[in-house]
Amino acid sequence: MLNYIWFGLIFISVVVGTITGRIDLVTEAAISMSKTAVEIAIGLIGIMALWLGIMKIAEESGLIKIIAKIIKPITIRLFPDVPVDHPAMGSIVLNMAANMLGLGNAATPLGLKAMKELQELNEQKDTATDAMCTFLAINTSSVQIILPATVVGLMGASSSEIFITTIFATSMSTIAAIFSVKFLSKMDRFKIRQEDK
Amino acid sequence: MTESLIFITNQLSKYIIPFLLVGIPFYGLIIKKVKVYESFVEGAKDGFDIALRIIPYLVAILVAVGMFRASGAMELFISLISPVLNIIGFPAENVPLAMMRPLSGSGSLGLFTDLVNEYGTDSIYTKIGATMFGSTETTFYVLAVYFGSVGIRKSRHALIAGLIADTVGVIAAVYICKLIFIA
Repeated sequence: MLNYIWFGLIFISVVVGTITGRIDLVTEAAISMSKTAVEIAIGLIGIMALWLGIMKIAEESGLIKIIAKIIKPITIRLFPDVPVDHPAMGSIVLNMAANMLGLGNAATPLGLKAMKELQELNEQKDTATDAMCTFLAINTSSVQIILPATVVGLMGASSSEIFITTIFATSMSTIAAIFSVKFLSKMDRFKIRQEDK
Repeated sequence: MTESLIFITNQLSKYIIPFLLVGIPFYGLIIKKVKVYESFVEGAKDGFDIALRIIPYLVAILVAVGMFRASGAMELFISLISPVLNIIGFPAENVPLAMMRPLSGSGSLGLFTDLVNEYGTDSIYTKIGATMFGSTETTFYVLAVYFGSVGIRKSRHALIAGLIADTVGVIAAVYICKLIFIA
Protein backbone atom coordinates (compact mmCIF):
# COMPACT_ATOMS: atom_id res chain seq x y z
CA MET A 1 0.00 0.00 0.00
CA LEU A 2 2.56 2.53 1.18
CA ASN A 3 4.89 1.20 -1.53
CA TYR A 4 2.49 2.25 -4.28
CA ILE A 5 1.60 5.59 -2.72
CA TRP A 6 5.24 6.44 -2.16
CA PHE A 7 6.28 5.47 -5.65
CA GLY A 8 3.16 7.15 -7.07
CA LEU A 9 4.00 10.48 -5.43
CA ILE A 10 7.54 10.43 -6.85
CA PHE A 11 6.48 9.18 -10.27
CA ILE A 12 3.70 11.76 -10.67
CA SER A 13 6.04 14.51 -9.43
CA VAL A 14 8.66 13.75 -12.07
CA VAL A 15 6.10 13.42 -14.88
CA VAL A 16 4.14 16.55 -13.93
CA GLY A 17 7.34 18.46 -13.17
CA THR A 18 8.63 17.67 -16.64
CA ILE A 19 5.40 18.79 -18.30
CA THR A 20 5.06 21.99 -16.28
CA GLY A 21 8.75 22.80 -16.66
CA ARG A 22 9.27 22.73 -12.91
CA ILE A 23 11.63 19.78 -12.88
CA ASP A 24 14.36 21.97 -11.33
CA LEU A 25 12.08 22.71 -8.42
CA VAL A 26 11.30 19.01 -8.04
CA THR A 27 15.00 18.17 -7.79
CA GLU A 28 15.56 21.02 -5.38
CA ALA A 29 12.64 19.87 -3.22
CA ALA A 30 13.97 16.32 -3.05
CA ILE A 31 17.36 17.51 -1.86
CA SER A 32 16.14 20.17 0.55
CA MET A 33 13.46 17.92 2.07
CA SER A 34 15.99 15.18 2.81
CA LYS A 35 17.89 17.81 4.77
CA THR A 36 14.72 18.97 6.51
CA ALA A 37 13.93 15.40 7.55
CA VAL A 38 17.26 15.11 9.36
CA GLU A 39 16.78 18.52 10.97
CA ILE A 40 13.36 17.50 12.28
CA ALA A 41 14.76 14.27 13.70
CA ILE A 42 17.72 16.02 15.35
CA GLY A 43 15.37 18.67 16.72
CA LEU A 44 13.36 15.91 18.38
CA ILE A 45 16.28 14.57 20.41
CA GLY A 46 16.07 17.07 23.26
CA ILE A 47 12.31 17.01 23.70
CA MET A 48 12.29 13.22 23.38
CA ALA A 49 14.94 12.91 26.07
CA LEU A 50 13.00 15.22 28.39
CA TRP A 51 9.69 13.36 28.15
CA LEU A 52 11.19 9.89 28.09
CA GLY A 53 13.09 10.81 31.25
CA ILE A 54 9.95 12.02 33.00
CA MET A 55 8.07 8.97 31.77
CA LYS A 56 10.72 6.67 33.23
CA ILE A 57 10.07 8.22 36.63
CA ALA A 58 6.32 7.77 36.13
CA GLU A 59 6.94 4.15 35.20
CA GLU A 60 9.23 3.27 38.09
CA SER A 61 6.94 4.90 40.61
CA GLY A 62 4.03 2.82 39.35
CA LEU A 63 2.09 5.85 38.09
CA ILE A 64 1.71 4.44 34.59
CA LYS A 65 0.13 1.25 35.89
CA ILE A 66 -2.35 3.25 37.97
CA ILE A 67 -3.39 5.31 34.94
CA ALA A 68 -3.65 2.19 32.78
CA LYS A 69 -5.98 0.62 35.33
CA ILE A 70 -8.27 3.64 35.52
CA ILE A 71 -9.06 3.70 31.80
CA LYS A 72 -9.12 -0.07 31.43
CA PRO A 73 -12.79 -0.17 30.34
CA ILE A 74 -12.01 1.83 27.20
CA THR A 75 -8.62 0.45 26.25
CA ILE A 76 -9.70 -3.15 26.67
CA ARG A 77 -12.13 -2.64 23.77
CA LEU A 78 -9.80 -0.59 21.59
CA PHE A 79 -6.75 -2.80 22.11
CA PRO A 80 -8.03 -6.30 22.87
CA ASP A 81 -4.67 -7.93 22.06
CA VAL A 82 -2.67 -5.89 24.59
CA PRO A 83 -2.61 -7.20 28.19
CA VAL A 84 -4.56 -4.84 30.45
CA ASP A 85 -1.67 -4.10 32.81
CA HIS A 86 0.96 -3.75 30.08
CA PRO A 87 2.95 -0.48 30.28
CA ALA A 88 1.98 0.29 26.67
CA MET A 89 -1.56 1.02 27.87
CA GLY A 90 -0.30 3.76 30.18
CA SER A 91 1.76 5.38 27.44
CA ILE A 92 -1.13 5.18 24.99
CA VAL A 93 -3.44 6.93 27.41
CA LEU A 94 -0.92 9.66 28.22
CA ASN A 95 -0.30 10.19 24.51
CA MET A 96 -4.04 10.58 23.87
CA ALA A 97 -4.36 12.94 26.83
CA ALA A 98 -1.50 15.06 25.49
CA ASN A 99 -3.14 15.13 22.06
CA MET A 100 -6.50 16.13 23.50
CA LEU A 101 -4.90 19.00 25.36
CA GLY A 102 -3.07 20.15 22.25
CA LEU A 103 0.36 19.36 23.71
CA GLY A 104 1.96 18.21 20.47
CA ASN A 105 5.46 18.41 21.93
CA ALA A 106 4.65 15.96 24.67
CA ALA A 107 2.38 13.77 22.54
CA THR A 108 5.06 12.59 20.11
CA PRO A 109 7.57 11.26 22.70
CA LEU A 110 4.73 9.58 24.60
CA GLY A 111 3.42 8.07 21.38
CA LEU A 112 6.84 6.76 20.41
CA LYS A 113 7.22 5.22 23.86
CA ALA A 114 3.87 3.52 23.37
CA MET A 115 5.04 2.21 19.99
CA LYS A 116 8.20 0.80 21.56
CA GLU A 117 6.15 -1.03 24.17
CA LEU A 118 3.68 -2.31 21.59
CA GLN A 119 6.65 -3.58 19.58
CA GLU A 120 7.63 -5.79 22.53
CA LEU A 121 4.36 -7.67 22.02
CA ASN A 122 4.93 -7.97 18.28
CA GLU A 123 5.99 -11.30 16.86
CA GLN A 124 6.85 -10.01 13.40
CA LYS A 125 9.05 -7.03 14.04
CA ASP A 126 8.71 -5.39 10.63
CA THR A 127 4.92 -5.64 10.45
CA ALA A 128 2.42 -3.48 12.31
CA THR A 129 0.12 -5.25 14.77
CA ASP A 130 -3.62 -4.55 15.03
CA ALA A 131 -3.00 -2.54 18.18
CA MET A 132 -0.38 -0.41 16.42
CA CYS A 133 -2.70 0.32 13.52
CA THR A 134 -5.53 1.25 15.90
CA PHE A 135 -3.22 3.49 17.88
CA LEU A 136 -1.92 5.19 14.76
CA ALA A 137 -5.37 5.72 13.26
CA ILE A 138 -6.68 7.30 16.45
CA ASN A 139 -3.60 9.49 16.57
CA THR A 140 -3.94 10.71 13.01
CA SER A 141 -7.61 11.50 13.54
CA SER A 142 -6.47 14.13 16.04
CA VAL A 143 -8.53 13.82 19.20
CA GLN A 144 -8.41 17.43 20.20
CA ILE A 145 -10.33 19.39 22.81
CA ILE A 146 -8.11 22.44 22.91
CA LEU A 147 -7.71 24.22 19.58
CA PRO A 148 -4.19 24.24 18.11
CA ALA A 149 -2.30 27.33 19.26
CA THR A 150 -1.51 28.25 15.65
CA VAL A 151 -5.21 28.34 14.76
CA VAL A 152 -6.11 30.42 17.82
CA GLY A 153 -3.28 32.81 16.96
CA LEU A 154 -4.54 33.32 13.42
CA MET A 155 -8.26 33.36 14.19
CA GLY A 156 -8.14 35.71 17.17
CA ALA A 157 -11.57 36.41 18.60
CA SER A 158 -13.28 34.19 16.03
CA SER A 159 -11.65 31.11 17.52
CA SER A 160 -14.47 30.79 20.06
CA GLU A 161 -16.88 30.17 17.19
CA ILE A 162 -14.98 27.22 15.81
CA PHE A 163 -14.60 25.58 19.20
CA ILE A 164 -17.81 23.56 18.88
CA THR A 165 -17.38 22.79 15.19
CA THR A 166 -13.87 21.47 15.78
CA ILE A 167 -14.99 19.20 18.59
CA PHE A 168 -17.76 17.85 16.39
CA ALA A 169 -15.51 17.25 13.37
CA THR A 170 -12.71 15.73 15.41
CA SER A 171 -15.13 13.36 17.16
CA MET A 172 -16.48 12.24 13.81
CA SER A 173 -12.98 11.60 12.46
CA THR A 174 -11.99 9.67 15.57
CA ILE A 175 -15.11 7.50 15.37
CA ALA A 176 -14.39 6.92 11.68
CA ALA A 177 -10.79 5.98 12.53
CA ILE A 178 -11.86 3.41 15.10
CA PHE A 179 -14.53 1.82 12.93
CA SER A 180 -12.41 1.71 9.78
CA VAL A 181 -9.36 0.31 11.55
CA LYS A 182 -11.45 -2.44 13.14
CA PHE A 183 -13.19 -3.23 9.88
CA LEU A 184 -10.05 -3.17 7.71
CA SER A 185 -8.09 -5.40 10.10
CA LYS A 186 -10.47 -8.23 9.25
CA MET A 187 -9.97 -7.91 5.50
CA ASP A 188 -7.84 -10.58 3.86
CA ARG A 189 -5.42 -8.25 2.14
CA PHE A 190 -4.48 -6.60 5.42
CA LYS A 191 -4.04 -9.81 7.41
CA ILE A 192 -0.58 -10.45 8.84
CA ARG A 193 1.15 -12.93 6.58
CA GLN A 194 3.39 -15.45 8.26
CA GLU A 195 6.79 -15.34 6.65
CA ASP A 196 9.58 -17.90 6.51
CA LYS A 197 12.06 -17.16 9.21
CA MET B 1 -19.97 31.07 27.09
CA THR B 2 -17.63 29.33 24.65
CA GLU B 3 -15.39 32.39 24.78
CA SER B 4 -14.76 32.01 28.49
CA LEU B 5 -14.43 28.26 28.06
CA ILE B 6 -11.64 28.80 25.55
CA PHE B 7 -9.99 31.29 27.86
CA ILE B 8 -10.10 28.83 30.75
CA THR B 9 -8.82 25.88 28.72
CA ASN B 10 -6.00 27.97 27.30
CA GLN B 11 -5.02 29.17 30.75
CA LEU B 12 -5.16 25.61 32.06
CA SER B 13 -3.10 24.25 29.20
CA LYS B 14 -0.30 26.66 30.18
CA TYR B 15 0.02 24.85 33.49
CA ILE B 16 -0.25 21.27 32.29
CA ILE B 17 3.40 20.82 31.32
CA PRO B 18 4.86 22.47 34.44
CA PHE B 19 2.42 20.42 36.50
CA LEU B 20 3.60 17.16 34.90
CA LEU B 21 7.26 18.17 35.23
CA VAL B 22 6.87 18.72 38.96
CA GLY B 23 4.05 16.29 39.75
CA ILE B 24 5.59 13.10 38.38
CA PRO B 25 8.98 13.49 40.12
CA PHE B 26 7.11 14.56 43.28
CA TYR B 27 5.04 11.38 43.28
CA GLY B 28 8.16 9.33 42.50
CA LEU B 29 10.53 10.80 45.06
CA ILE B 30 8.32 11.81 47.96
CA ILE B 31 5.68 9.09 47.87
CA LYS B 32 7.36 6.12 46.22
CA LYS B 33 11.02 6.86 47.10
CA VAL B 34 12.17 6.38 43.51
CA LYS B 35 15.67 7.69 42.63
CA VAL B 36 14.20 10.29 40.31
CA TYR B 37 17.39 11.77 38.91
CA GLU B 38 18.80 8.38 38.01
CA SER B 39 15.50 7.24 36.50
CA PHE B 40 15.24 10.40 34.45
CA VAL B 41 18.70 9.99 32.94
CA GLU B 42 18.06 6.33 32.29
CA GLY B 43 14.85 7.11 30.38
CA ALA B 44 16.26 10.14 28.59
CA LYS B 45 19.00 8.01 27.00
CA ASP B 46 16.48 6.55 24.57
CA GLY B 47 15.70 9.97 23.10
CA PHE B 48 18.80 9.97 20.94
CA ASP B 49 18.30 6.45 19.57
CA ILE B 50 14.67 7.03 18.67
CA ALA B 51 15.40 10.31 16.91
CA LEU B 52 18.13 8.67 14.83
CA ARG B 53 15.99 5.66 14.02
CA ILE B 54 13.21 7.72 12.41
CA ILE B 55 15.55 9.53 9.98
CA PRO B 56 15.28 7.08 7.04
CA TYR B 57 11.48 6.99 7.32
CA LEU B 58 11.21 10.76 7.53
CA VAL B 59 13.51 11.22 4.55
CA ALA B 60 11.43 8.79 2.48
CA ILE B 61 8.10 10.48 3.27
CA LEU B 62 9.17 14.12 3.29
CA VAL B 63 11.11 13.82 0.01
CA ALA B 64 8.16 12.24 -1.80
CA VAL B 65 5.71 14.80 -0.46
CA GLY B 66 8.10 17.69 -1.14
CA MET B 67 8.60 16.59 -4.76
CA PHE B 68 4.86 16.24 -5.22
CA ARG B 69 4.22 19.76 -3.96
CA ALA B 70 7.06 21.32 -5.96
CA SER B 71 6.04 19.69 -9.25
CA GLY B 72 2.66 21.39 -9.40
CA ALA B 73 0.93 18.00 -9.26
CA MET B 74 -0.94 19.16 -6.16
CA GLU B 75 -2.57 22.10 -8.02
CA LEU B 76 -3.36 19.86 -10.96
CA PHE B 77 -4.98 17.28 -8.72
CA ILE B 78 -6.98 19.98 -6.90
CA SER B 79 -8.27 21.49 -10.15
CA LEU B 80 -9.36 18.03 -11.28
CA ILE B 81 -11.09 17.08 -8.08
CA SER B 82 -12.69 20.44 -7.22
CA PRO B 83 -15.66 20.21 -9.64
CA VAL B 84 -16.48 16.74 -8.33
CA LEU B 85 -16.34 17.90 -4.71
CA ASN B 86 -18.47 20.92 -5.56
CA ILE B 87 -21.33 18.62 -6.45
CA ILE B 88 -21.50 17.38 -2.86
CA GLY B 89 -21.36 20.96 -1.57
CA PHE B 90 -17.67 21.05 -0.75
CA PRO B 91 -16.43 24.63 -1.35
CA ALA B 92 -13.58 24.90 -3.87
CA GLU B 93 -11.84 27.38 -1.54
CA ASN B 94 -11.30 24.61 1.03
CA VAL B 95 -10.13 21.86 -1.33
CA PRO B 96 -6.39 22.73 -1.23
CA LEU B 97 -6.28 22.65 2.57
CA ALA B 98 -8.23 19.40 2.73
CA MET B 99 -5.81 17.76 0.29
CA MET B 100 -2.67 19.19 1.87
CA ARG B 101 -3.55 18.40 5.49
CA PRO B 102 -2.54 14.71 5.57
CA LEU B 103 0.62 15.39 3.57
CA SER B 104 2.31 18.36 5.17
CA GLY B 105 1.96 20.28 8.42
CA SER B 106 3.83 23.39 7.27
CA GLY B 107 2.09 23.28 3.88
CA SER B 108 -1.38 23.13 5.40
CA LEU B 109 -0.58 25.87 7.91
CA GLY B 110 0.52 28.04 4.98
CA LEU B 111 -2.73 27.35 3.13
CA PHE B 112 -4.77 28.13 6.24
CA THR B 113 -2.89 31.42 6.67
CA ASP B 114 -3.77 32.22 3.05
CA LEU B 115 -7.45 31.65 3.82
CA VAL B 116 -7.29 34.04 6.79
CA ASN B 117 -5.52 36.71 4.73
CA GLU B 118 -7.79 36.31 1.72
CA TYR B 119 -11.22 36.03 3.34
CA GLY B 120 -10.77 37.28 6.92
CA THR B 121 -11.56 35.46 10.13
CA ASP B 122 -15.33 35.94 9.80
CA SER B 123 -15.63 34.12 6.51
CA ILE B 124 -17.23 30.68 6.31
CA TYR B 125 -14.22 29.42 4.31
CA THR B 126 -11.84 30.41 7.08
CA LYS B 127 -14.04 28.82 9.71
CA ILE B 128 -14.26 25.60 7.71
CA GLY B 129 -10.49 25.72 7.25
CA ALA B 130 -9.85 26.23 10.96
CA THR B 131 -12.20 23.38 11.83
CA MET B 132 -10.44 21.11 9.33
CA PHE B 133 -7.09 22.09 10.74
CA GLY B 134 -8.14 21.18 14.25
CA SER B 135 -9.84 17.92 13.40
CA THR B 136 -7.28 16.21 11.18
CA GLU B 137 -3.59 15.37 11.36
CA THR B 138 -0.52 15.11 9.13
CA THR B 139 -1.16 11.40 8.66
CA PHE B 140 1.90 10.65 6.50
CA TYR B 141 4.27 12.30 8.95
CA VAL B 142 2.75 10.57 11.97
CA LEU B 143 2.93 7.23 10.16
CA ALA B 144 6.59 7.74 9.24
CA VAL B 145 7.63 8.83 12.71
CA TYR B 146 5.59 6.38 14.79
CA PHE B 147 6.21 3.28 12.71
CA GLY B 148 9.74 4.34 11.85
CA SER B 149 10.74 4.62 15.49
CA VAL B 150 10.35 0.85 15.95
CA GLY B 151 11.36 -0.21 12.46
CA ILE B 152 7.91 -1.15 11.19
CA ARG B 153 8.01 -1.23 7.40
CA LYS B 154 4.76 -3.05 6.67
CA SER B 155 2.08 -0.63 7.80
CA ARG B 156 -0.90 -2.81 6.78
CA HIS B 157 -4.21 -0.92 7.04
CA ALA B 158 -2.96 1.97 9.20
CA LEU B 159 -2.57 4.44 6.34
CA ILE B 160 -5.97 3.75 4.79
CA ALA B 161 -7.71 4.01 8.16
CA GLY B 162 -5.89 7.28 8.85
CA LEU B 163 -6.89 8.69 5.48
CA ILE B 164 -10.51 7.60 5.96
CA ALA B 165 -10.48 9.43 9.30
CA ASP B 166 -9.04 12.53 7.63
CA THR B 167 -11.69 12.42 4.91
CA VAL B 168 -14.50 12.08 7.43
CA GLY B 169 -13.03 14.91 9.53
CA VAL B 170 -12.79 17.21 6.53
CA ILE B 171 -16.33 16.48 5.33
CA ALA B 172 -17.70 16.82 8.86
CA ALA B 173 -15.95 20.19 9.12
CA VAL B 174 -17.68 21.46 5.99
CA TYR B 175 -21.14 20.29 6.98
CA ILE B 176 -21.08 21.37 10.62
CA CYS B 177 -19.81 24.83 9.66
CA LYS B 178 -22.46 25.22 6.97
CA LEU B 179 -25.09 24.11 9.45
CA ILE B 180 -24.00 26.49 12.21
CA PHE B 181 -22.71 29.53 10.35
CA ILE B 182 -25.10 29.72 7.41
CA ALA B 183 -28.46 30.23 9.03
